[in-house]
Amino acid sequence: MSDTLSNAAAAIPDHRLERILAGFNPGKLASALILPTLGILVFLLAWHLSASRIETSLGQFPGPVQVWEQVQNLAAEHRRERDKEAAFNERQQQRNARKLAANPEAEVKWRSYTGKPTFFDQIVTSLLTVGAGFLIANLIAIPLGVLCGLSASMYKAVNPVIQVFKPVSPLAWLPLVTMVVSATYSVEDPMFDKAFLNSAITVALCCLWPTLINTTVGVTGIDRDLVNVSRVMALSPLTHIHKIVLPAATPMIFTGLRLSLATGWMVLIAAEMLAQNPGLGKFVWDEFQNGSSNSLGRIMVAVLAIGLIGFMLDKLMLALQKRVSWDKQAVLR
Amino acid sequence: MINYLELSGVGIEFDTNGSKFRALQNVNLKLDKGEFVSLIGHSGCGKSTVLNIVAGLYRATEGGVILEGKEVLDPGPDRAVVFQNHSLMPWLSVYDNVALAVDQVFRRSKSRAERRDWIEHNLALVNMDHAMDKLPSEISGGMKQRVGIARCLAMQPKVLLMDEPFGALDALTRAQLQDSLMQIQAELGNTVIMITHDVDEAVLLSDRIVMMSNGPAATIGDILPVGLARPRDRLALAEDPEFVHLRQQVLEFLYAKHGHPAGTQAGNQAEAAAVSPAGTRLAAVAKSDAAVDSPEPGAPGTAAA
Ligand SMILES: Nc1ncnc2c1ncn2[C@@H]1O[C@H](COP(=O)(O)OP(=O)(O)OP(=O)(O)O)[C@@H](O)[C@H]1O
Ligand SMILES: [Mg+2]
Repeated sequence: MSDTLSNAAAAIPDHRLERILAGFNPGKLASALILPTLGILVFLLAWHLSASRIETSLGQFPGPVQVWEQVQNLAAEHRRERDKEAAFNERQQQRNARKLAANPEAEVKWRSYTGKPTFFDQIVTSLLTVGAGFLIANLIAIPLGVLCGLSASMYKAVNPVIQVFKPVSPLAWLPLVTMVVSATYSVEDPMFDKAFLNSAITVALCCLWPTLINTTVGVTGIDRDLVNVSRVMALSPLTHIHKIVLPAATPMIFTGLRLSLATGWMVLIAAEMLAQNPGLGKFVWDEFQNGSSNSLGRIMVAVLAIGLIGFMLDKLMLALQKRVSWDKQAVLR
Repeated sequence: MINYLELSGVGIEFDTNGSKFRALQNVNLKLDKGEFVSLIGHSGCGKSTVLNIVAGLYRATEGGVILEGKEVLDPGPDRAVVFQNHSLMPWLSVYDNVALAVDQVFRRSKSRAERRDWIEHNLALVNMDHAMDKLPSEISGGMKQRVGIARCLAMQPKVLLMDEPFGALDALTRAQLQDSLMQIQAELGNTVIMITHDVDEAVLLSDRIVMMSNGPAATIGDILPVGLARPRDRLALAEDPEFVHLRQQVLEFLYAKHGHPAGTQAGNQAEAAAVSPAGTRLAAVAKSDAAVDSPEPGAPGTAAA
């Protein structure tokens, strides 16, 4: 009997070599590289042709070439600003050193550089803000989703709230959040900027729902037999959640997390624009108000950057999902 | 003698969208320690429901289950269940699936090393010690079912409950697993209730075969003692007149007497009732073939009972 069993084990086909060979398949290469490249080229051409026909009050709509120039401009501005900062710090250090040399008891002050944030600074701010909002949201959404999935009464209680608040736009939340934050967050020497908190909380309020709903669905949908196995083993509630519920719901939780991050990123830009919080949204708004002949090009750079970063965030979540997923056969995309 | 496991007057009513559905009525059954009992009956008659009540997964509406003098109120590892579709956690390796149960049951009574040995011992018992690090998706259906059995055996249950454990397997694998199960049960002396649709399986493995009447309000129709000597060998038994006769009796019950037991004959009385000579019902067998699919209790076949 054990013979047949080990035979059965050996008979599980090993496709690794075939898969590697398939990777070199020229047909596959074409579809993996050539088609996307072609798509991008066609898009650039269409953009170029239509841009040259659109006249705005700020001049011609920027085509790919002008936008590329602005990318270089923004990078150059960033370098100039960094050089200025280095020079400022250098001068300050020298001044302090001289002061100390003259009088070792002297009180030296250190002021950090307060130049205008560059495009790249704004990207970093936006990423930090969306990260904070995403974190706050999911620290609430996942546990709450698990509870709603486990208990039908909990679900019935929470569901109306979800349904009502889910469709609310971030712009409606923003004034409330701003007022509440300025009323309640008034510590000396605050760790976080108020503007940062406003955007982060607004983002959190909007990206709570996808994770909450998907986690609930994932937990509700656990195979009844697996739940029964857990009951027969008399697992404690915590062990049950840790060993059965969370692994079983992982695919759905990640679907929720990905939707949530995408929502958060979209919401953030709008919130920053409206609330004048620092970040990419503010960059876009400032350029719009600025109204120079370069503005449209610079806004277009921001649009592309927003899109690319959103895309990369999704890829990041996907990679994370692949890492933690137990179902290696599942096709994730 | 005190009964090890006793179902007395068990009935259950399901509430489906407001309307009540009575699945079981007055089910009485007594098991001795180390006994192997099969439940057989038509699909949907309530076999799984009986098992789930013994497991504590369902609560009986009336009557109850007593195991070793204590009433069964909740599910617990002393009544381990082997489910039809193995029910292994797909994210845990074969070893970890068994470990989940062992760590839970022997958390206090065994050291880490002892638990490790115990897990390996149980996997070896079902010949699965060679694939301990594989995930369930990487092993065959028969192997998964073996692991499911190992997981239950490892809990050292007082009663092992099996719901069509081999139903989804091909005939060859099923035969292998039946042999393994017989061997293990002979060694460990487990008390087993097994649901099956396979008449040969029931006769081969059981000490008694419990035949259930059709639902709704299903109950125990007949109980057939299987007196074949152990160890049993499937090849030798195939020609054994006693085996053939028992097999015939089960088939007759299923195809001729598949309705409600007549009159007040239920549970206890059925246990005592002698099975009438086969010859008297041959006609009924032939007649009722057409009636097998007939859902209503008053089907022609019932009249014969
Ligand atoms: N949780 C439930 N709620 C409502 N009705 C149920 C429930 N469980 C079982 N039933 C009903 O009880 C009856 C018996 O079901 P059960 O699953 O016990 O049958 P079974 O004998 O195991 O059938 P099979 O051989 O097909 O597995 C069926 O009519 C079924 O519809
Ligand atoms: Mg069943």
